[in-house]
Amino acid sequence: MNENNIILKVEGLKKSFGDGNDVLKGINLTVKQGEKVVILGASGSGKSTLLRCLNCMEDPTGGSIYFNGEDIADMKTDINKHREHIGMVFQQFNLFNNKTVLENIMMAPVHIGVTKYRKRAVKNFFIKLTNVFKKNKSELIPIEKTVKEIKAEAEERAYALLRRIGLEEKAEVYPSTLSGGQKQRIAIVRALAMNPDVMLFDEPTSALDPEMVGEVLDLIKTLADEGMTMVVVTHEMGFAREVADRIIFVDEGVIKEEGTPAEIFDNPKDARLKDFLSKVL
Amino acid sequence: MNWGVKWEKFISTMEGEYFRELLLTGFLNTIKVAVLGLIIGIVIGTVIAVIKVAPKYSRINRVLDKICTVYVAIFRGTPMVVQLLLAYYVLLPMLGIKEVESIVVGIVVFGMNSGSYVSEIMRGGLNSVDKGQMEAGRALGLSYGTTMIKVVIPQAVKNILPTLGNEFITLIKETSVLSFITVYDLYTALSTIGSKNYEKMVPYLVMAAIYIVLVLLITLLVKLLENIFAKSDRARTNPKAKRA
Ligand SMILES: Nc1ncnc2c1ncn2[C@@H]1O[C@H](COP(=O)(O)OP(=O)(O)O)[C@@H](O)[C@H]1O
Ligand SMILES: [Mg+2]
Repeated sequence: MNENNIILKVEGLKKSFGDGNDVLKGINLTVKQGEKVVILGASGSGKSTLLRCLNCMEDPTGGSIYFNGEDIADMKTDINKHREHIGMVFQQFNLFNNKTVLENIMMAPVHIGVTKYRKRAVKNFFIKLTNVFKKNKSELIPIEKTVKEIKAEAEERAYALLRRIGLEEKAEVYPSTLSGGQKQRIAIVRALAMNPDVMLFDEPTSALDPEMVGEVLDLIKTLADEGMTMVVVTHEMGFAREVADRIIFVDEGVIKEEGTPAEIFDNPKDARLKDFLSKVL
Repeated sequence: MNWGVKWEKFISTMEGEYFRELLLTGFLNTIKVAVLGLIIGIVIGTVIAVIKVAPKYSRINRVLDKICTVYVAIFRGTPMVVQLLLAYYVLLPMLGIKEVESIVVGIVVFGMNSGSYVSEIMRGGLNSVDKGQMEAGRALGLSYGTTMIKVVIPQAVKNILPTLGNEFITLIKETSVLSFITVYDLYTALSTIGSKNYEKMVPYLVMAAIYIVLVLLITLLVKLLENIFAKSDRARTNPKAKRA
């Protein structure tokens, strides 16, 4: 980590979907390690767009997003490398339908681990090859884990995560057999399997039946208590008040007001925020 | 019409070792061209479909997209016979290639032709997969290609299996034009058998029967595959598994 443990630093972020459709008009936002930021705003105000810009699911049309010090809004940055460290949870869960629960959780860690292993192995092969002709032999790149170990470790971790949410017995089933709440909790641990530095949640409970909202919010709260850095778009005001370190109110493409839950809920200043709160509280 | 005599004639022809082998060769060639053609078609079709649905940010993608459009227009815009004739009697001599078996030309042309049709089928399949599947993969740090191969394409294939089965059936039936480039297919074989005694009725009926049996077998195979693929949505297909 760097500069006072800043994980995300957004500067002058703009996003436009074509001419005249400017959704974000200059957002500045800093997220420190362990911080829980909740984004509020009316429907269509650009909350999802803002969140999706944070891992460049939407490519910003202006400004910078520094993640662990590197500008990921820059199109030259290898975004895949950074996304490994940014977990994202969707409103519609988006579990892989053709994979079992266990495969859903293991897929990314195994694939990324194995790809790195292969790259190193290939490099080592060429180092060995050139070493034949060299007096001063170059050192090989250390390979800590074999493919087998990578897989075994990912599986162990996947089972640990499933145990944690009490869904170990669902490891071998396909997502279509699960309830919404189960799907979303699995989607959350799937993101956790990558050991992210920050988690992004886009209305994680909006597609759930009311009786399942609690189980998902409880899991997110536990993560928050454990110190996970997170940015959450939600309409669950109780959750926002309880969990947020800071609340951001997005309106007309900018952050209209920003503050602690107490400041935002008990003493709002912006007229639009007051109006918004009067509708949702 | 005396069917008894006609049948006798056919049987007596088939007693000749030569004609039995002819039929077997024709049958196997038909299967070979259709199966290998379909495999090549699926590979080409998938590549084209992925190029078609991929974002067109880069220059390369846009150029590839244009090439695919032209490819599909050519192969869908001309009859298979014309493609076979052009490949065998125009393209090969022009390129000075002599040492190539006609069946290889058949397989390649069938594959390329099928690729143009499969590309459209596959494109529909890819578009039928929820966009969230790709997003979830990308959000985990997987590349576009990896997510395509591991998540989107398998689901697309599942959705288009019946249509792919139809493509296979079309290919089987279209092998009858292979005779135009001297390939011994099912049609050529039975036609030759019919010429033996100037008695073509039974051979042609047998030919029709073989095609029908093949098509029914393919239909069965597709059903089987559908059931295997359906394991990922048991809840929908098997009500008992709902609360598994
Ligand atoms: N891919 C897109 N193309 C065009 N417009 C979009 C796209 N995504 C979002 N928008 C527009 O951006 C605005 C903000 O959308 P969104 O970020 O989803 O809002 P929220 O999440 O706050 O409800 C909406 O007006 C929406 O129509
Ligand atoms: Mg939204």
